[in-house]
Amino acid sequence: MDQQLFDRFKKCAVDVLAVDAGKVLLEAKFKEDLGSDSLDLVEFVMALEEEFGISVPESDLEGVDTVGKAFDLVTSKVS
Amino acid sequence: MQGAGHRVAITGYGVVAPCGIGKQNFWKGLLGPGLSGSHTVEIENWDATPYFAGPKELRRADRCEQYALAAAHEALTQSGDLPYDRGRIGTIFGTGIGGLRTLEGQVEVRVAKGKERVSPFLVPMMMSNASGAAISMRHGFRGPAETICTACAAATHALGYAARQISWGMCDAVISGGSESAATITAVAGFENMTALSTSMVSKPFDATRDGFIFGEGAAVFVLERLDLAIKRGVKILGEIVGAGSNADAHHITAPSPGGVGAAACMQLALTDADLSPQDIKQVNAHGTSTPLNDAAEAQAVSKIFGKTYPPMTSIKGVTGHPLGAAGALEAAAVLLSFEHQLIPPTANTTVVDSEMAIDVVIGKPREWEPGPTISNNFGFGGHNGSIIISPYLD
Repeated sequence: MDQQLFDRFKKCAVDVLAVDAGKVLLEAKFKEDLGSDSLDLVEFVMALEEEFGISVPESDLEGVDTVGKAFDLVTSKVS
Repeated sequence: MQGAGHRVAITGYGVVAPCGIGKQNFWKGLLGPGLSGSHTVEIENWDATPYFAGPKELRRADRCEQYALAAAHEALTQSGDLPYDRGRIGTIFGTGIGGLRTLEGQVEVRVAKGKERVSPFLVPMMMSNASGAAISMRHGFRGPAETICTACAAATHALGYAARQISWGMCDAVISGGSESAATITAVAGFENMTALSTSMVSKPFDATRDGFIFGEGAAVFVLERLDLAIKRGVKILGEIVGAGSNADAHHITAPSPGGVGAAACMQLALTDADLSPQDIKQVNAHGTSTPLNDAAEAQAVSKIFGKTYPPMTSIKGVTGHPLGAAGALEAAAVLLSFEHQLIPPTANTTVVDSEMAIDVVIGKPREWEPGPTISNNFGFGGHNGSIIISPYLD
């Protein structure tokens, strides 16, 4: 895992979802572990798009319910 | 108040205003210097963190809603827990505009970065009903939750309608009032270009040299309860809403009807609703925005109602500026404070009352009085008129 990339990802999560950095773990579930609802995630994805200069269409977000899956998605777009 | 006959008590209130956060600080502000030197007055160093669970929740509330929640917190702390069926506690709120700061900020985002960057929270933050909705959700009040948007008369209409919900037996308690925070660059330009704002940048209601208003902001929130239920639970009763009037000029989108006939008719509706005669009224809390047209029409309306035996009249807008839809709420708070302190606050900045007006404007210093029924007026663009009569609680 690219730690530098993950640190930037984590900062977005901390800022937008207002969670402690320690909770942003790959296995963490957005809804259950980070208390995020669907609008939270829309805002989070927008922050990631901005941070990484990527575009994430809604169709890509199907089944993305954990930090790890979201990070994989970002990684695949960045590289 | 006409209707099923229940009397309506006020058992708590809270205020957020540029001249003071919290009702006693607000009162000190009302006795302090008037506004000058700017087209706007805003709350400085506002800290909303005590009123939100965390930074995420706070970020998702427009300032208008933040003020409303803060004032509601003070009001409900004073009233204490309302021991009623949650379905019979309503939230009838007023605002002139709503989350305009959010809208303007997101328009800037869209222009700069494209529509894909517009916040998914734009809609729930800008909608006019956000403040009332937030109060009802925060406290679990499941009775009617409606927002009245009648420009600068909004909070007065909200208080009147809220009281009527209780009077008619539809609710046991209603949270009411108004909030506003709308002085964005674009809104200020709009008011300035329509020549509503003071060119001398001084708010001086009813003064011979008045030339427009100062754009203000703030919120005040009230807990209204059925009087007999409030007595039964032993809470202190701060005053009663005994009457309310609402009508329309049906004349012009911004100018009041000639001679203040609409405003006078509205005041008469409130008097009839309260079953009071003009001689029973001991104070007029005026809309008194400091615009040439409003103040002239309101003075004429007051003369029509009271004739030569007019009660003292004051406008707090010399200090508060004009907080649009929150005006009636801040003014109702000023009325309750005038009961408590047995003083009518002066109309700040006003030195020479317009000689065309046959009214008794309190100027210079606060005036001692024996608290009695007080009529509070507000008039909104669109020709919306609202008057409520608040009385000290006796017996």
